[in-house]
Amino acid sequence: MSILVIAEHDNSSLKQATLNVVATAKAIGGDIDVLVAGENCGAVAEAAAKAEGVNKVLVADNAAYGHFLAENLGELVAEVGKGYSHILAAAGTTGKDFMPRVAALLDVAQVSDIMRVESEDTFVRPIYAGNAIATVKANDAIKVITVRPTAFDPVAAEGGSASVEQLDVVKDAGLSSFVNEELAKSDRPDLGSAGIVVSGGRGMQNGDNFKMLEQVADLLGAAVGASRAAVDAGFVPNDMQVGQTGKIVAPQLYIAVGISGAIQHLAGMSDSKVIVAINKDEEAPIFQVADYGLVADLFEAVPQLEEELKKVL
Amino acid sequence: MKVLVAVKRVIDYNVKVRVKPDNTGVDLANVKMAMNPFCEIAVEEAVRLKEKGVASEIVVVSIGPKAAQEQIRTALALGADRGIHIETDEEVQSLEAAKLLKSVVEKEEPKLVILGKQSIDSDNNQTGQMLAALTGMGQGTFASEVVVEGEKVNVTREIDGGLVTVALNLPAVVTTDLRLNEPRYASLPNIMKAKKKPLESMSPADLGVDIANRLSTLKVEAPASRQAGVKVADVAELVDKLKNEAKVI
Repeated sequence: MSILVIAEHDNSSLKQATLNVVATAKAIGGDIDVLVAGENCGAVAEAAAKAEGVNKVLVADNAAYGHFLAENLGELVAEVGKGYSHILAAAGTTGKDFMPRVAALLDVAQVSDIMRVESEDTFVRPIYAGNAIATVKANDAIKVITVRPTAFDPVAAEGGSASVEQLDVVKDAGLSSFVNEELAKSDRPDLGSAGIVVSGGRGMQNGDNFKMLEQVADLLGAAVGASRAAVDAGFVPNDMQVGQTGKIVAPQLYIAVGISGAIQHLAGMSDSKVIVAINKDEEAPIFQVADYGLVADLFEAVPQLEEELKKVL
Repeated sequence: MKVLVAVKRVIDYNVKVRVKPDNTGVDLANVKMAMNPFCEIAVEEAVRLKEKGVASEIVVVSIGPKAAQEQIRTALALGADRGIHIETDEEVQSLEAAKLLKSVVEKEEPKLVILGKQSIDSDNNQTGQMLAALTGMGQGTFASEVVVEGEKVNVTREIDGGLVTVALNLPAVVTTDLRLNEPRYASLPNIMKAKKKPLESMSPADLGVDIANRLSTLKVEAPASRQAGVKVADVAELVDKLKNEAKVI
């Protein structure tokens, strides 16, 4: 078996998710090559070559790949990947964008967002926002797979010595072009990949009160989220929504403040390693999934939490 | 220009999903079904494009059992002009759904195809991208803004860490994210009117598409259930537990 891992990067550095995906490839077993497609991405290729367990790094360095346009990446990966038994990428917004194109061009099914490898063709993945877990067998000759990075411990970033090979395959589909991008200026981590998330619900009463959560989040290096109830009430914009129709998160620590724990919300965060709930209603369903529950008025508890954290951090 | 919108019938997002005791799937008997939330956003976007004078006709298509016509009627009540129902009781996976939609695209020749980014049942997030690849179209996935200008569409996409805007040649495929719009509710008069709008039905065989599954589901299980933990007395105890017991801060 031979596995092609598509590196996730920003043309200057390799994203850690790539190391998680290499770990997934190791779990499947076989030779592991990494494809780095980008523009002026030599440093990324060097970093990928050092990752543990990588056999060969293939580099497609061209303006056509500089902005990771799915139309161009799809054609490139389908062309390079057709000689492999498995093609893997992280299930971030880049992988989710181009991988189904790869699968369609190769006329094979894709297995999305896998969280466990059972065998070379059988994988475990969440469905219904994690409310059910499916074991699926891929019957096509080439397995196109996106991986939930947080479900696999990363391989070591150093210690490998893979060869680096330049590819001169240029695929420019001419269907799309980059206009501009607006990356979050906030120093807070992205909600979807943050190690700690602090979320507020309807109990926050208004948008201004979310500042209390932001202060706690900044102490912890956490992202700030919200329940659908808080979004629907207009407290915060809906890109902060954690839940079945919002972001699915699985941080090391999830702190739910003033959130009752509707099904829709639990579906988006119940894979978190440790859950803390602060709510004045001791009957709130959120306490049924919380590792640590504090029955308290959040307007007293959150400022106290900030003070206590300052003492220990 | 003509806009094609694909919608899917799924379990209502407020329903607690239950895994069948024999682990073959999720129990759909007597469960409230609804239009996939991301598909509602797709319909709304098409209706807004029509209200702006950008779209001239909205065709809505759904693949699924007879009852999926309810979701097509909902889309018609929201402002779509006519419906296409590809009827099958079989499970249709993403690649095959994309092939069915491709044959509809070839017949209808829409300038823009709008789909939800994923359905909240199988959570695959594949069909729109696959359709775009099979039809040789560009794609704007996870859209939070769609602006049609002449023969191009600018799509602002929600990506990890921010937003990116791409320009796509028309025809193109757009898949919707949450922030694109807030869907309206259908009014009663529009629900009545929707019953008279044309709805054409066909089978996958009529379209010449083989819908045999490429992925076999071996089993479906309930996730490991979380045990309720402990109640702490105060914030100091909470911070102490997080630091010394759970070791997460």
